[in-house]
Amino acid sequence: MIEQFDAIVVGAGMSGNAAAYTLASQGLKVLQLERGEYPGSKNVQGAIMYANMLEKIIPDFRDDAPLERHLVEQRLWVMDDTSHTGIHYRSDDFNEAKPNRYTIIRAQFDKWFSRKVREAGATVLCETTATELVRDGNGKVIGVRTDRAGGVVFANVVVLAEGVSGLLGTRAGLREMPKPETVALAVKEMHFLPEEVIGQRFGVKGDEGCVIEAVGTISRSMAGLGFLYTNKESISLGIGCLVSDFAATMESPSALLDAMKNHPSIRPLIAGSEVKEYAAHLIPEGGYKAIPQLFGDGWVIVGDAAQLNNAIHREGSNLAMTSGRVAAEAIIKVKSRNSPMTKANLALYKTMLDDSFVIKDLKKYKDMPALLHTNSSNFFDSYPRLMSHAAQNFMRVDGTPKIEKEKNTTAAFINARSRWGLVSDAVRLALAWR
Amino acid sequence: MTIAVTKVRVEDKLYQNRYLVDSGRPHIIVRPHDKPSANLLALTYVCPAKCYELNDKGQVEITADGCMECGTCRILCEKGGDIEWNYPRGGFGVLFKFG
Repeated sequence: MIEQFDAIVVGAGMSGNAAAYTLASQGLKVLQLERGEYPGSKNVQGAIMYANMLEKIIPDFRDDAPLERHLVEQRLWVMDDTSHTGIHYRSDDFNEAKPNRYTIIRAQFDKWFSRKVREAGATVLCETTATELVRDGNGKVIGVRTDRAGGVVFANVVVLAEGVSGLLGTRAGLREMPKPETVALAVKEMHFLPEEVIGQRFGVKGDEGCVIEAVGTISRSMAGLGFLYTNKESISLGIGCLVSDFAATMESPSALLDAMKNHPSIRPLIAGSEVKEYAAHLIPEGGYKAIPQLFGDGWVIVGDAAQLNNAIHREGSNLAMTSGRVAAEAIIKVKSRNSPMTKANLALYKTMLDDSFVIKDLKKYKDMPALLHTNSSNFFDSYPRLMSHAAQNFMRVDGTPKIEKEKNTTAAFINARSRWGLVSDAVRLALAWR
Repeated sequence: MTIAVTKVRVEDKLYQNRYLVDSGRPHIIVRPHDKPSANLLALTYVCPAKCYELNDKGQVEITADGCMECGTCRILCEKGGDIEWNYPRGGFGVLFKFG
């Protein structure tokens, strides 16, 4: 099947679909390769989808996209073994004509997105694993080898949307393998409950949704985050921690998830549910400093494959979609000038991406991954315990004079981290945040 | 060529998942070793599908049928040469219903 395409997109996740859709809708001849039986069958996400970034690709997506609930409430929990404290934000302003954030179920959403890609004119080839990049004598990427018989396909440019653990880029030496401290392993279960039960338990009606994100002793001193997202008739519940921390502690991810489900703050929310799937996935956590070279002769890298994930704000799919769209727009510009897909010309992708929220946001938090990685036991164990202790000390009425209670709380913090430790943690956090 | 196709349901949490196992063609292979490296040994705990197990000689073996293709073992062990890692052939492996 020797056939020349304008572009081959490897992968049919968020970034690949965004790229393929954008390229095909501008009339480019696009081939998209997906190793799953159907688009979405290999993809795992929490999942929250941010409307703004999809609107820039498919403005009327709300007409037919499979959306679960729009979010009106977000709870950020800090947990110890028996309690949680935290911040809740709920606003009726989120009940708007065009809501801002939705929960989605990726296998369903990706099927929809892929249908749009095909309608835009791209050829989508499923059940096809891309095994190798094909390069010419000068090293320029000119195509992709697949596991189909005689399966080499050629294109002027290859968009690597192959996900966090994609094979092609690393095998070809275009990017390094992610390091254990720059990826998190997340495990997740799908808990099914009747729609009205979810409504009652989370205080939401109709399509309103609520999310909980939690740090604390649930990650057993590892740098990690637990999450609970309400879908229409199910709850996505999971926890992720850095792979380096898993390897060092030898904690079992499934046991960690089970322990989280048994936490007294979580258990009642999922009581009586039927679990219908258990999934695992890696999340890029390295931030700005882990972003690889994004373009070269005949290739660009987008989405998770490029480590474009904002761990602090738990945004990933929107960075993926945006990078896929921006890469496609850069390719379209290069093609419209009748220029070749050289490294120098494809540098336009990086210039455009640098100018977007994607790189600006990641740059802002460039020092956070290292801070959280090297101080995980303080930020994910000591402080959560101290906060819970302080909250309980404040709430519990037991005849202790308030002045003594305050002294207790202060002493607990100083005992745990010392005055210097507290100040230095605060300073480092502030510096990494700014 | 005919391809042997087996639908399996692995134990524990994995039994709810759907897989199309490429019989006789595991996508991950543990290289022969006398004593596992620290990272390879860690996989017997850390693999979320519990694909890695110690045999009675103290070596690590893999049964990749329940693999969810997360890539954790690749991140920890490919570079050091403990394992050979590939994705399953197109269409095979885990099939997420929800993802």
